[in-house]
Amino acid sequence: MWVWLARRLGQVVPTLLILSFLIFGLQQLMPGDPALILAGEERGDPQVLAQIRAELRLDRPLHEQYLHWLGDVLRGDFGFSWRIRMPVAELILQKLPVTAQLATMAFLIGALIGVPAGILSAVRRDRPADWLANAVALFGISTPNFWLGIMLILLVSVELGWLPPSGYVPPTEDFRQSVATTIMPAFVLGTNVAGVLMRHTRAAMLTALAQDYVRTARAKGLPERVVVWKHALRNALIPVVTLGTIEFGRLLAGAVLTEQIFTIPGFGKLVVDAVFNRDYPVVQGVVLTTALIFVLLSLVADLLYMAINPRLRHA
Amino acid sequence: MSATAAAPAPAERGESPGRRALRRFLRHRIALFGFLVIVVFVTVALAAPWVAPYDPLATSWTAIRKAPSAAHWFGTDENGRDVLSRVVWGARASLMAGVVSVLFAAAIGVPIGLVAGFAGGVLDAVLSRIADAMLSVPFLILAIALAAFLGPALENAMLAIAITFSPVFVRLARGMALDAKATDWVEAARALGNPPWRIAALHVLPNIVPPLLVQSTLAIAEAIIAEAALSFLGLGQQPPAPSWGSMLNSAQRFLESAPWLAIFPGAAIFLVVLSFNLVGDGLRDAFDPRAERR
Repeated sequence: MWVWLARRLGQVVPTLLILSFLIFGLQQLMPGDPALILAGEERGDPQVLAQIRAELRLDRPLHEQYLHWLGDVLRGDFGFSWRIRMPVAELILQKLPVTAQLATMAFLIGALIGVPAGILSAVRRDRPADWLANAVALFGISTPNFWLGIMLILLVSVELGWLPPSGYVPPTEDFRQSVATTIMPAFVLGTNVAGVLMRHTRAAMLTALAQDYVRTARAKGLPERVVVWKHALRNALIPVVTLGTIEFGRLLAGAVLTEQIFTIPGFGKLVVDAVFNRDYPVVQGVVLTTALIFVLLSLVADLLYMAINPRLRHA
Repeated sequence: MSATAAAPAPAERGESPGRRALRRFLRHRIALFGFLVIVVFVTVALAAPWVAPYDPLATSWTAIRKAPSAAHWFGTDENGRDVLSRVVWGARASLMAGVVSVLFAAAIGVPIGLVAGFAGGVLDAVLSRIADAMLSVPFLILAIALAAFLGPALENAMLAIAITFSPVFVRLARGMALDAKATDWVEAARALGNPPWRIAALHVLPNIVPPLLVQSTLAIAEAIIAEAALSFLGLGQQPPAPSWGSMLNSAQRFLESAPWLAIFPGAAIFLVVLSFNLVGDGLRDAFDPRAERR
């Protein structure tokens, strides 16, 4: 097990290194000279341009720029926002909790719908309940989040007037208001998760139900309830838990458009605003952060897989 | 997903694997429905100049934000343009972006994956790690970042989607190459002295077609959503050219007074994406050697 763990951690290092190349490389794609963009009105002044180039180390060779950048990143310095005039790391830390709240709520909604639907659909295979669950999952996967969000605002906020169409209140300020402002976007995000988790749960349950130990349990005369809930489900949930962890990471990306539609000042809104303001260090910082979270979550997913799968734990 | 999926001649009632898959697909009624919807959309997109009742760019002061009527089936937008005509022309941008970017992604990813799988060793390790690293950035974030750095334009959005999708095809092709390397017929071909490129082209590529077809169809569904998302953010098709994503973006401002602006382009995205997903699922079932039930 320790060997496995060491090898798994060893895999993370090259992945992160390649990621750092890719993310640093992004800025090479940028059209035009960043110094010209930053100088604004003073773009005609060669002294200002030289000063900016020196400050951003644009006058150094590429490999030197990269090493400096990597060193900064390792120290937690993700650069400086061109527009908001704040360290990128600080901006991200400010916005991340908002998105984390949204993602957690969305994940709960998705798991509470998707997992039971998947179990039901596997147990009632090829019967109306299965068809219905499959149809709902397909709709959840095929509906673009941003359209569902707009439609919900139209129905729930404009027509019925039940919930505010936009805005955000932190839970520390007013918990009820906070839930009221985030429940719709969380639901929008959650539908996709529900669809994916339903399909995974269904597949895993079908596999588990076809195993010998399930046949043995049934042959022993155990009630179907015990066979399904105890014998099959416990084993079926192992892959679902790990896939669920990855889905949680994907929610961060899914939040980009949803936050835009519901004007929630989170991580996604940060990157979209940065794109529009051509605030490249922020875009870079966001990509870096999501990648780090994702790599970390896949590591957690593998560890969870080890922890809940007894065969691997003792291997 | 094993390489034996389309192995030469299991000779099931003398039926070729491709023909069997086709027969199964045709019996899959829901997938067939999806296929028909795609055919309709593609036809409409190709015939846009003749199908669209109005010029999609023609503004009109007398017809601003008019509700759907006999003259304008889907209503008119904030500049008095006919929404139906814009949805019809928007199909071009969406379908083209979806199909072209996935073709591009496959064209980049499949050869790299085949090389990685066949060569093995250091080359494989490096290429696989790069694919892993790219896959560890959530798809939409990477596409947004690429499109942002490349600059807003439909071509750049397509390029961004293609690059972000390519590692999926690298993985698929690499897995198939590894599977194939272990089979007897590749072993035999190698023993006969065939060079690796010949084995890859003649013995592995044909076997990779079924999973590739399934993966591509599902990827097109995702790419269409991604293009709409990028256009929604202003990073894809540039106004005034119509695209479903940018139509949804401007519709948001008139949600109370003109909800039809948001309903129709979104419904079009949904219907096309749903259809590609249905066809992808249907193809997967049709090619699955284990599922003779259906």
